[in-house]
Amino acid sequence: MSRAETQPYLERFRRLEPSAAEPTWLHGMRDAAIERFAEFGFPSPRLEDWKYTSVRSIATSDFGGAPPARNPFSKRDVAFSLGGDFHGRILAFADGRYAPELSTIEALPEGVIAESLATALAGRPACIEPHLGRVATWDAPEDAFVALNTAFLGDGAFVYLPRGAVVEAPIGLVFLGLRNGAAPISQPRILIVAEAGSRATIVESYAGCGPDAYLTNAVTEVVVGAGASIDHVKLQCESGSAFHVSALQAQQSRDSRFASHAISLGAALARNDVNARIDDAGAEAVLNGLFVASAAQHVDNHTEIDHAKPHSQSRELYKGILAGRAHGVFNGKIIVRPDAQNTHAQQANDNLLMSEDARINSKPELMIHADDVKCSHGSTIGYLDESALFYLRSRGISAVEAREFMMRAFASEVTRAIGSAPVRTRVDELVTARLARGAPLEIA
Amino acid sequence: MLKITNLHAKVEGREILKGLDLEVRPGEVHAVMGPNGSGKSTLANVIAGREDYEVTGGEILYRGENLAGLSPEDRARDGIFLAFQYPVEIPGVSNMYFLKAAKNAILRHRGEDELDAVDFLEFARRKLKLVEMNEELANRPINEGFSGGEKKRNEIFQMAVLEPTLCVLDETDSGLDIDALRVVASGVNALRSPERAMLLITHYQRLLEYIVPDFVHVLSDGRIVRSGGKELALELEEKGYAWIEEHAAA
Ligand SMILES: Nc1ncnc2c1ncn2[C@@H]1O[C@H](COP(=O)(O)OP(=O)(O)O)[C@@H](O)[C@H]1O
Ligand SMILES: [Mg+2]
Repeated sequence: MSRAETQPYLERFRRLEPSAAEPTWLHGMRDAAIERFAEFGFPSPRLEDWKYTSVRSIATSDFGGAPPARNPFSKRDVAFSLGGDFHGRILAFADGRYAPELSTIEALPEGVIAESLATALAGRPACIEPHLGRVATWDAPEDAFVALNTAFLGDGAFVYLPRGAVVEAPIGLVFLGLRNGAAPISQPRILIVAEAGSRATIVESYAGCGPDAYLTNAVTEVVVGAGASIDHVKLQCESGSAFHVSALQAQQSRDSRFASHAISLGAALARNDVNARIDDAGAEAVLNGLFVASAAQHVDNHTEIDHAKPHSQSRELYKGILAGRAHGVFNGKIIVRPDAQNTHAQQANDNLLMSEDARINSKPELMIHADDVKCSHGSTIGYLDESALFYLRSRGISAVEAREFMMRAFASEVTRAIGSAPVRTRVDELVTARLARGAPLEIA
Repeated sequence: MLKITNLHAKVEGREILKGLDLEVRPGEVHAVMGPNGSGKSTLANVIAGREDYEVTGGEILYRGENLAGLSPEDRARDGIFLAFQYPVEIPGVSNMYFLKAAKNAILRHRGEDELDAVDFLEFARRKLKLVEMNEELANRPINEGFSGGEKKRNEIFQMAVLEPTLCVLDETDSGLDIDALRVVASGVNALRSPERAMLLITHYQRLLEYIVPDFVHVLSDGRIVRSGGKELALELEEKGYAWIEEHAAA
């Protein structure tokens, strides 16, 4: 891509005034990241990993306008994101910056930390340095957005679970996109460090409202210690005029479990990368996803599960519902390295097309370098079952409602795997509302 | 209540119903019998408004109103119910939840108050007893993993809940063992009333021992070729459909 497109970001980077509270190693990391971004530019469709997704509309709009001085959001917007039954700690962000007035400081078990990344960088840099920017990769042109996020890294969330800590209530991270303003950009960085034997559910919820465009470019790094279990839910409910790019990288130790539930309902263009690297034996990765798109929405899901060590398992289920002229992409890569004997990997991608003009590109990529493994994958594309629709209608259910019933049923296979009841309830409510509206939701 | 005149219908371009006439009055139970492929299910689906069955001639009047152009849901709300020969499985859609939505759509249409979750459950439980169906089964996704007999029971349960005016039962007896048949039949009999009419579609005479019809019609090659009282069913059983077909040809 052309140099002109990176120029505004390079200029803004030069004008950036590093905070004195930040550790100096962070400055070095940002410098390295902006260099990479300048070198890569925005990802081109010539890259295999971006071949179905053009980010021209992102590259040519100069995101980065100044946000309004006052945060325009209220606690109602937070409740929209997480639902009324959410009783865990909530860190809320407006335009990527921590908003304490929207957050709730529920008590957490001894030693557990959930605070803004800026606070953590100032207060406990030593907890962060070993992980930040080291789990996610940003050294290849495919990762240009991660490099960009790293270059402007300043705020976001830091969640730390000490050895054996069990957090029953989910932890909520809410990112609100701007109502108005000059094409703002929100680049939150989330670092989750779960020490051995710890357990928690963490929800990242993105919402916004139009009609103006804004860009979210989020990066999440998750370190899952030995025997730890992390459930990560990402609820992407951006406004229909938003752009949403996100990358999650989990790094798993021995006997750990990492489950990702990625729900993608909004944004004009959404690109979600979810990667799990299994670095030690006996670990389990579950990658689930639901994407709903209509009109001219484009949603691209890339996943990668890297089985580097033996006796590990992965299960993956991505389901898409595509209406209008929407375009969906599923690209699921599974790598089984020579060391990773006795790997069990299972992948499925099922898609429901609600119109003749909707499109899906479904691409499994299995790279198996060990011989004693069990891997399966399958992909389906179909329309709603007419006889099922007739059955429902013959009982008095309207055609519109019958279609919604069927779509919800299709989606429920993904949402019911979310363990936390209040989170699952909110996800179901938003999925239902999204399907009924036939367009992305907006916060009121 | 139901008056079908010279009905012609096509499925995938092929004419299946070729001039069918039938009249059913309130309170009556009519049996429609006929060999496989004679058009029984086609008739049932056309009455219920299935869109891939094209009516090419004649008309169906229901309570004086021409059904042409009316959607399946409008027909259901007006009181038409079809118990399917092959009820579909719909994974992920809860049977009870969907039935509550259906019941309330019908109540709304009639200008009556809707049932809330508690009232509906109580109402539905009474109907479950009628078909000796347990609540666990009723709460599962629609017909998912149901045996053939359980699916048929579920159809009658739904019929009992929706309280239709015209019940069309398409081979509700097929695939039922004798005990299930007895249960289903007593469920149907309990729903007989002076305001309600029933069209029992069946291939065998057996069902009619349990649900005694007022009239029996024989359908052959898309037409009613004979009508009579309940004794016609016995005659048919004895002499076989070939007898009717010869007769019709003659
Ligand atoms: N959906 C359909 N598509 C194509 N042919 C059909 C369809 N439904 C029924 N038919 C054909 O129409 C004829 C009548 O079928 P049907 O009404 O099911 O008969 P019956 O219920 O009396 O056995 C049969 O020849 C059958 O093959
Ligand atoms: Mg039939």
